[in-house]
Amino acid sequence: MSPTPTTATPSDVTPARTGGGRTGGLRLTALHTRAQLLETVRVPIAVIGTVVFPTLTMLFFVVPQPFADDPAQATAATAQISLFAVMSVCLFTYGVGVAEDRALPWDSYLRTLPVGAGPRLAGRLLNGLAFALVSLVPLVVVAWLLTAAALPADRLVLTAGALAVAALPMLGLGLWIGYGMSTKAALAVAQVLLLPLAFGGGLFLPPQMFPGWLDAVSTWLPTRAGRDLVVSATTGADLPGTTWPVLAAWALLTAVLAVRAYRRDEGRRFR
Amino acid sequence: MSAPLVRLAGATRRYGDVTALDGVTLDVPAGQLLGLLGPNGAGKSTLLQLVSGLRRPTSGVVELFGRPPWEPAARAGLGMTPQETGLPPTLRVREVVDVVAGHFPDPVPTAEVLERFGLGDLARRQTGGLSGGQKRRLAVALAFVGRPRLALLDEPTTGLDVDARHDLWDAVRAYHRDGGTVVLTSHYLEEVEALAERVVVVDRGRVLVDGSLEEVRSAVPARRVRVRAAALPDLGADRALVDGDRHELWTSDADALVRRLVGSGAPFADLEVASASLEEAFLAVTAAADDRSGSRSATGVPGTSTPTTSTPEVAR
Repeated sequence: MSPTPTTATPSDVTPARTGGGRTGGLRLTALHTRAQLLETVRVPIAVIGTVVFPTLTMLFFVVPQPFADDPAQATAATAQISLFAVMSVCLFTYGVGVAEDRALPWDSYLRTLPVGAGPRLAGRLLNGLAFALVSLVPLVVVAWLLTAAALPADRLVLTAGALAVAALPMLGLGLWIGYGMSTKAALAVAQVLLLPLAFGGGLFLPPQMFPGWLDAVSTWLPTRAGRDLVVSATTGADLPGTTWPVLAAWALLTAVLAVRAYRRDEGRRFR
Repeated sequence: MSAPLVRLAGATRRYGDVTALDGVTLDVPAGQLLGLLGPNGAGKSTLLQLVSGLRRPTSGVVELFGRPPWEPAARAGLGMTPQETGLPPTLRVREVVDVVAGHFPDPVPTAEVLERFGLGDLARRQTGGLSGGQKRRLAVALAFVGRPRLALLDEPTTGLDVDARHDLWDAVRAYHRDGGTVVLTSHYLEEVEALAERVVVVDRGRVLVDGSLEEVRSAVPARRVRVRAAALPDLGADRALVDGDRHELWTSDADALVRRLVGSGAPFADLEVASASLEEAFLAVTAAADDRSGSRSATGVPGTSTPTTSTPEVAR
């Protein structure tokens, strides 16, 4: 009996993930990123929701306010809402999106292909990054045209970095929701978390307008620490001493939760 | 003989306190075409999930090409059908094939795959717009994209019309003729008879029967004879159910049984002979093994003589 149907003998099952070549990790990452982008883009309403909501928030909460004419305040407000945009991508693309994918048989099928978790997860992260960037574009355009906000060129890279760092706890939170919860639970939790975290962290109204007790609570929220970091990066405002410890603690906590949920995940289909 | 492509040794998988697979030992040697049968919830799906690396066994050993199946490299020689409901609806047929092909070092060119499975005209269609039969053909095609050494085909022809089914059988036979190894699950006795060399029946997480097609066929009463009669003599059925004047007789040789019925001179009416699915036949046999209070107990089926333990059925 010939055990060699088409390609290989039993001894040379080529390890598909190592050794670059046609099935290298980078190529697989590109493959999964592309497929996921295509899947998302072909449901335009999902894209529009993510992209439009932060811009609408900007139009309602910032543009009509008197402080929109003050460069420093308008820039800070734009920074806050940018973080809100990134946060909603994290909670919805990563949280709800991952939970939905895991419930689909196609996700199970992809796990039977010779590919590890790395390229699929990397594809997911790049996908979210792309959406975050896309959602920032109209926001920045509105800020530029309709407010006094101004970001000096030399602060651009700093701001992008601050946004990325501030997004880390949100990313962990999103992945924890996505890998740890069913679709329905993920949607509910993401919605329940989004607005309180955003409002409490001063992403809609600046914390200067908070009553004392709310400001005290707000200090310990990951969104507040993230907001302070991004605002400081854009305007050069002083950074409170609590910012880095709070941000690091939340990033660590949510990372642990996300990794644990990810490890325990075998798909959602038997629960 | 080279090492088996798939090896399970005492493989058990539990979900909470439900045992889906209970100490299954099974080897699939290279070049074999194996039919896997069993009622829904028997453990077929769990078995395939263990072999394809989707889940790990609670205890016992599962190996694919001599490695743990959850290592991606072990799956380089595996081709599998997704559930037809599982195709991403917004992707086009060609894109779905490309995504799968991208994982293999030497895939069959996409155009060739589509052509071979009669999907050439549909390359640009989104999979959500395909008919059930077209989805099924695409699902089966995906199993062969990577030139696998082992193809796991989960109900490959469910919902296909007769022509399409025979086309698929030809494709599976051609693959097997070239030395490919196939594990096939099916609801159709006809399909297993047409394709499989070896038949494994699982029920309640255990391997009930494992043998050549001939062995299995002669071991199970695959014909169901129904007849109305006031009273019947013993006609040598493997199992007989009586409900008032309605008799249901299970046998592997309906011709002989009907001859005996006529020869006995007993008055009867509404004679009906049907070919049961292999699964129904096994269910009849296992049910008989379970309730020995029945008029006749099962005989001749290896494995059923061991009393079935109180393994709870998987709710799936």
